[in-house]
Amino acid sequence: MYTFSNRLKIASFILMAVGVLGIGIGFMAAPSTVEEAKAIVASHDDGHGDAHAVAKGHGEEQAHGDAHDASHDEHLLHQLQNKPWAALYVAAFFFMMIALGVLAFYAIQRAAQAGWSPLLFRVMEGITAYLVPGGIIVFVILALSVAHMNHLFVWMDPEVVAHDHLLQGKSGYLNPVFFLIRAAIFLGGWILYREYSRKLSIAQDESNDDSNFKLNFRISAAFLVFYLISESIMSWDWIMSVDPHWFSTLFGWYIFASMFVSGITVIAMVTIYLKSRGYLKDVNDSHIHDLAKFMFGISIFWTYLWFSQFMLIWYSNIPEEVTYYVTRIADFNLPFFGMIAMNFVFPLLLLMNSDFKRVNWFVVMAGVVILAGHYLDIFNAIMPATVGDQWYIGIPEIGSILFFAGLFIFVVFTALTKAPLQPKRNPFIEESKHFHY
Amino acid sequence: MASKVIHAFYNDDDVLMHAVKKVKAAKHHIEEVYCPFPVHGLDKAMGLAPTRIAITSFLYGCVGLSVAILMMNFIMIEDWPQDIGGKPSFSYLENMPAFVPIMFELTVFFAAHLMVITFYLRSRLWPFKEAENPDVRTTDDHFLMEIAIHGNEEELKDLLSDTGAVEINITEK
Repeated sequence: MYTFSNRLKIASFILMAVGVLGIGIGFMAAPSTVEEAKAIVASHDDGHGDAHAVAKGHGEEQAHGDAHDASHDEHLLHQLQNKPWAALYVAAFFFMMIALGVLAFYAIQRAAQAGWSPLLFRVMEGITAYLVPGGIIVFVILALSVAHMNHLFVWMDPEVVAHDHLLQGKSGYLNPVFFLIRAAIFLGGWILYREYSRKLSIAQDESNDDSNFKLNFRISAAFLVFYLISESIMSWDWIMSVDPHWFSTLFGWYIFASMFVSGITVIAMVTIYLKSRGYLKDVNDSHIHDLAKFMFGISIFWTYLWFSQFMLIWYSNIPEEVTYYVTRIADFNLPFFGMIAMNFVFPLLLLMNSDFKRVNWFVVMAGVVILAGHYLDIFNAIMPATVGDQWYIGIPEIGSILFFAGLFIFVVFTALTKAPLQPKRNPFIEESKHFHY
Repeated sequence: MASKVIHAFYNDDDVLMHAVKKVKAAKHHIEEVYCPFPVHGLDKAMGLAPTRIAITSFLYGCVGLSVAILMMNFIMIEDWPQDIGGKPSFSYLENMPAFVPIMFELTVFFAAHLMVITFYLRSRLWPFKEAENPDVRTTDDHFLMEIAIHGNEEELKDLLSDTGAVEINITEK
């Protein structure tokens, strides 16, 4: 049995406390009036303000200019008010997506009857425990958006929809009630599978036949079907709909690749941590090697999808699609291209060598970069539509990351103490113990 | 100079593996082992050095990537930067997404083909090469271990018959 070390527990509480502080500061600093918003921007960026003063000088366009400036200021206010919300949402989604990615990986390992991974099942089950609180937090944020507490999703604003024919055309799908019902069904399905599969997995330890294992195999295969559909729709709902004028067909797989590689990375990191603490005695370098191979391969898969989406839109350059990338390249240049280096070039060169994949600290370092890269990935997906050029990785963003990191560590390692770290009666456990590559 | 070699035949890969370990423990140099199929772990048991073919492949891939970049930079950007359907041909970077499929394919092409050719060269394989098979049965169902004799014929014979060899021959080479 694993015991949650006190130092790690205290560290997770500190992370949560500092995170709450950062989130609080973010909400306090958000402006509530147009004047405050203008003052914030002016104090941050004098050059921008000067340019505006000059532009206003055109006499004949004065009347039009004022009206335009007023709507521009309103827009600016909404962007600044969105900042702490978007920071919270990106971090909440990022950590939930890690747990969901692990759940998908776990279901695949069960459905594929993999011989190497049963030793890691309890680690994966521990990580997916975060799906319950993490998923509920994401759902609450979505519900608050529906309740007009923020402007993360413009299509939820009836004022906006009233003046937007495109959104009216999509309102059959993008309407708040249906949106929340879908979210509830998806989260309910994922959590149901997670809890039931965990129950069967633990029951298998004490049973005297393989019926639990076989049932788990069957529900895992069924879950994967549900997961593929729900994950795709989830990515349209929760990520793509912040840009409701834009659409892309491979977006669901793209988000899937991001969550899958983050999830596998976290499995590797938690496994290495537990092993370094003297638990998981039967896990050897070959298990780490296999996880690192998955990190390497799925990083490249993510890049393939990222590039396929980018290149098709860049090549054809159709105005209604390409604005998505125009704003990202103009306003998010460094995070947008920086994440390609972090999510592709870095893992490609570091994890190509077979020997490096067995060096634990090497895998952890590569994992840290991959996780930071995929945080940036979600950041780049949400921020341009919600805060636009007012983005900054400051106190609200880092505070949100720290809070959810602390919560994640606390939930995951608490769940790990609930059951023995090594499954007892899994039919593949002997093969897994002797796995070597 | 005529030298003699001893050929020990086995009909099971597990027996062969044990024999290899035993012969290595007795400090005899194994010239060669002939198998009908890859025996997992045999290279480790014989103490063969790991292959470096993956490293050559990586380097060939780098060559392929360079060829692709230099070629398209010259053709599309430097030599005749035409406006083809509005694509920006002012610099390589500006038009790069369009070149990536070729960069990728040439990297894979060079890495794969040059590695295969390297493999053929290093293992001395070519279409009209004469087969170096000491006994036809080793391609079907027998394993053969070849050890050079340096005046220790009887000692080697005893050792090999202990290891479960089904047949031991001594031949001039």
